[in-house]
Amino acid sequence: MSTSTATDAAVKAGPRPAGGIRQSVRDSLVVAKRNLIRMVRIPEVVLFGLIQPVMFVILFTYVFGGSIQVGGSLSSQDYRNFLMAGIFAQTVTFATAGAGAGIADDMHKGLIDRFRSLPMARGAVLTGRTIADLAQTALTLVVLAGVALLLGWRTHENFGKILAGFGLLLLLGYAFSWIGALIGLSVRTPEAATSGGLIWLFPLTFISNAFVDSNKLPTFFRHIAEWNPFSTTVQACRELFGNLPPGFKTPDAWPMQHPVLASVLWSVLILLVFRTLAVRKYRSAAA
Amino acid sequence: MPGAIYAEGLVKTFGDVRALDGVDLDVPEGTVLGLLGPNGAGKTTAVRCLTTLLTPDSGKATVAGIDVLKHPNEVRRSIGLSGQFAAVDEYLTGRENLQMVGQLYQMKAKEAKERAGELLDRFNLADAADRPSKTYSGGMRRRLDLAAALVVSPPVMFMDEPTTGLDPRNRQGLWEVIQELVAGGTTLLLTTQYLEEADHLAHDICVVDHGRVIARGTSDQLKARTGGERVEVVVHDRGHIATASEVLRGFGKGEVAVAEHTRKMTVPVTGGAKLLAEVIRELDARGIEIDDIGLRRPTLDDVFISLTGHAAELPDAGADAEAEAGADAGPHADAGPHAGPGSGADTGSQRKKEADK
Repeated sequence: MSTSTATDAAVKAGPRPAGGIRQSVRDSLVVAKRNLIRMVRIPEVVLFGLIQPVMFVILFTYVFGGSIQVGGSLSSQDYRNFLMAGIFAQTVTFATAGAGAGIADDMHKGLIDRFRSLPMARGAVLTGRTIADLAQTALTLVVLAGVALLLGWRTHENFGKILAGFGLLLLLGYAFSWIGALIGLSVRTPEAATSGGLIWLFPLTFISNAFVDSNKLPTFFRHIAEWNPFSTTVQACRELFGNLPPGFKTPDAWPMQHPVLASVLWSVLILLVFRTLAVRKYRSAAA
Repeated sequence: MPGAIYAEGLVKTFGDVRALDGVDLDVPEGTVLGLLGPNGAGKTTAVRCLTTLLTPDSGKATVAGIDVLKHPNEVRRSIGLSGQFAAVDEYLTGRENLQMVGQLYQMKAKEAKERAGELLDRFNLADAADRPSKTYSGGMRRRLDLAAALVVSPPVMFMDEPTTGLDPRNRQGLWEVIQELVAGGTTLLLTTQYLEEADHLAHDICVVDHGRVIARGTSDQLKARTGGERVEVVVHDRGHIATASEVLRGFGKGEVAVAEHTRKMTVPVTGGAKLLAEVIRELDARGIEIDDIGLRRPTLDDVFISLTGHAAELPDAGADAEAEAGADAGPHADAGPHAGPGSGADTGSQRKKEADK
């Protein structure tokens, strides 16, 4: 262990002061790279993230497919097309639990303390994590869409609209990963973050139009479903994919009438609120 | 002129626990301060306040001349922190970990890469540099963690229990690294519950208990406070503790300190080896079987007992010691100088951990 005095002295001259948006972007990318390397080295996580939605597609199309009426149709092909937007949206929101567990794990292992003692941009640890999650979500969506096509899912709109639909899904997923970040910073163990990150997603995704026609829900649940940010994105995707079943009556609620705009608004609102809360929490977080 | 690390009246409370109850510190540039105390004494909280991880409720602090509360980000540029746990990403290789930290210290990618290579060489990690750190031994991980804290060669270093959980060989290795660092001019604040470690590494020692500094000085000064030599006896049978204490009181020049669970008694004496022989004869005459007896120069452990009325924890008890810390102080705590808040129950680490949340 020899001391490399010359370089020590050179380095001691100090890191240049950096600041502002450039530093934030740079630091976030450094952290994102770290999280992406982790994903490559622990491929199981990505793999399980893929299996779950594929399983849902198979279960819903083959088990429930023939018995759920959407719009005026009982055809399983119409249901399959109807279902896919719901599965896509559910997939992007379930990625929330991953962000939460990862950040809770970093807290637990003392890494958050290390990051907080470094002269880095404030939100970068969380932004880096959510960017890496976004990349994972995008990969999952691509694979899932491929599987769905194999199983007979068909779109009936132009390519631009389909891309726009996936854009909305990614935006929703990105916004939700900040909810996961906040949960991860708030709980004591990674285990708690995983379950805490999942339980509330079940009512959110089931009291919605994802798997059934919301028109057929009891009044109380119907109102929730029609204003649910999750339903909004699902509805927007169905429109953009041309997957609304024949005879489907679009509900009168404002977000259902303007689903694309409503989806963007909801996602941006969630993103702003939870990003602010999570960054604040990060700054005071204790391991 | 205040030192490289300076704190005045630091107070931090968690609920009704005063983790720091008015701590003053002054560490001159290029020296090592050892913050010595049992679990839950407030050592980690002090480090967290000085390294900008926690905001104290009151008091002021400067590190490298920079106000910790007013300019936390400038402070972060000048410090390195090596915590209780090896805070490295286990799925990243040693090299990737150090490069990441370098870049987050705002080094250019190329610069960070070169620096990572140097540190890996210096800490004998070159062979393992491109393996995920998950595969490292405990000692290697600590070295990597320390290397990460040294990426920018910060003028001020904080090490929170750097050798806890390491085997003796690795501890020795880490001590060498620390000494080398200090020889290079780094100012270091080191917390430890190993009395030997503070004795070995620190120029000055602050003994902390219940969030207060209860004594400070050099190792020799602290030892002088507890008087000269002492006789230490370990009886075989717990039932003999009372009688043996009585015998020792007769020979001693002060209070007999009793550690119930280890059946160990310590008393300051004058008279050297001759007196020791007399003590042995007297114990023998009373039929007390002894496991160990000796004439000892005061250790920092003695200092701790004389200052707080209870022993510091046994280092080798490892993680279990945390849970026992609370129970330990009870029976033989003769209300030391810390009759302040929270003296009823010892500030066990569990309590502190909860409070930290």
